[in-house]
Amino acid sequence: MSYQFNEFHWANDIKAGQYLQPATLAEALDMLASFGGKARVIAGGTDLVPSLRQRHLEVEALVDVSRLPGMDGIARQGEVVSLGGGVTHAQAASSPVVAEAAGLLAAGAGSVGSPQIRNVGTLAGNLIAGQPAADTSLPLLALDAWVTIASPQGQREEPLNGFFLGKGRTKLDPGREIMTGIHFKALGQGRGGSYQRLAKRKAMTLPMLVAAVVAGVDPGRKVFTGAAIALGPVAPTPLRAAQAEALLAGAPVSAESVAAAVEKASEESSPRDSCLRGSCDYRREMVKVFVRRGLADALAQAGCPLD
Amino acid sequence: MSNLEITFVLNGERVKVVTAPDALLVDLLRDTLGLTGTKVGCREGECGACTVLLDGKPVNSCLLPAVKAAGRSVTTIEGLAAADGTLHPLQEAFTEEGAAQCGFCTPGMILNAKALLDANPHPQEGEIRQALSGVLCRCTGYGKIVAAVKTASQSRK
Repeated sequence: MSYQFNEFHWANDIKAGQYLQPATLAEALDMLASFGGKARVIAGGTDLVPSLRQRHLEVEALVDVSRLPGMDGIARQGEVVSLGGGVTHAQAASSPVVAEAAGLLAAGAGSVGSPQIRNVGTLAGNLIAGQPAADTSLPLLALDAWVTIASPQGQREEPLNGFFLGKGRTKLDPGREIMTGIHFKALGQGRGGSYQRLAKRKAMTLPMLVAAVVAGVDPGRKVFTGAAIALGPVAPTPLRAAQAEALLAGAPVSAESVAAAVEKASEESSPRDSCLRGSCDYRREMVKVFVRRGLADALAQAGCPLD
Repeated sequence: MSNLEITFVLNGERVKVVTAPDALLVDLLRDTLGLTGTKVGCREGECGACTVLLDGKPVNSCLLPAVKAAGRSVTTIEGLAAADGTLHPLQEAFTEEGAAQCGFCTPGMILNAKALLDANPHPQEGEIRQALSGVLCRCTGYGKIVAAVKTASQSRK
């Protein structure tokens, strides 16, 4: 029996013939275009470097976008919060703007990897990696965030709901396009959020389950104006529990309506049996626990707590 | 392959070095520049033994293309003691508390602790544990490591 060496040992180098450092966005797009899809954007590199070392991905050149001007800002204009494509997890986790506008995103960003990973890894990279349990994808999905993408054809916006196509695949082509911004509407005034994470350790571990929840309410009438429930990893992509959300829209804020949504969210989830991340049955039960806790937490924050 | 010449500040001194475009910082430091205090553990960003400070912030040098150091400041464990050999208060405290067994994680522990104390000179125990959460000690001697960081924070007035 012979072993495939590479199954057990990664190469030490990342095998890229060129490392390019464009000064402007236009230059970066030109560089990518000149390689016809065989170059790849690199920002923090915390996901990309292991993929390159495993040769899961092979590229002719890396185009570093981390020093492009205007990519590292966090700003709020009216209701809309915008994060540049180069904003790191550490920046988002410690930003007073993010904490005030979306505590669930600050919590998610603070849960990624380790302090060292958070100092270089970016939220845009987390989205583009397209993993079903990404700690910042799920809160952004629950916030109905949208992203700005620069491509040779110009700039476009994509809502995150629908952005994830499959495990590791999104609507952005990382060989030709660059994510320049992430935007969402701030919570507050009848909209609250919550981030629930189950993991075996407090750091350096992928979650067994994450529920990111946003609840909108009319506190006067005590009804849900809307709800967003993002779950992972319970499907090949980050999942919005659309049927559970539909049950809540317009429903009274009550234990009964929450209980119905909790059951529906669990039915919509299809986590795999995993010896590392728990069985399907266990995680479906935990979806109920987390969606209930998440909704209660979000409702309290929205100023309309469950009795 | 087009090699690149990069300039950065390494432990307070300006260095100019030629690197392959696909080299990682940990290999540039250890193999090209001979600074073997930075350890290679897992090489995939899990263990933190390769931690260095990039512009004062801890990063895993095994995940960082060397080119990314260009124009920036890198501090390795070799850069902590004074020129006359006087140890950094964290190094003193680790020695005093016996906060090392095999010693392989020690550079990573000390550099993460340094970034913490530079930003927050008198941290709570929870903040210390959080700051060290990206470095694994497989001798499992965390108690004394946390104690050493506390001792160092108290020695700073």
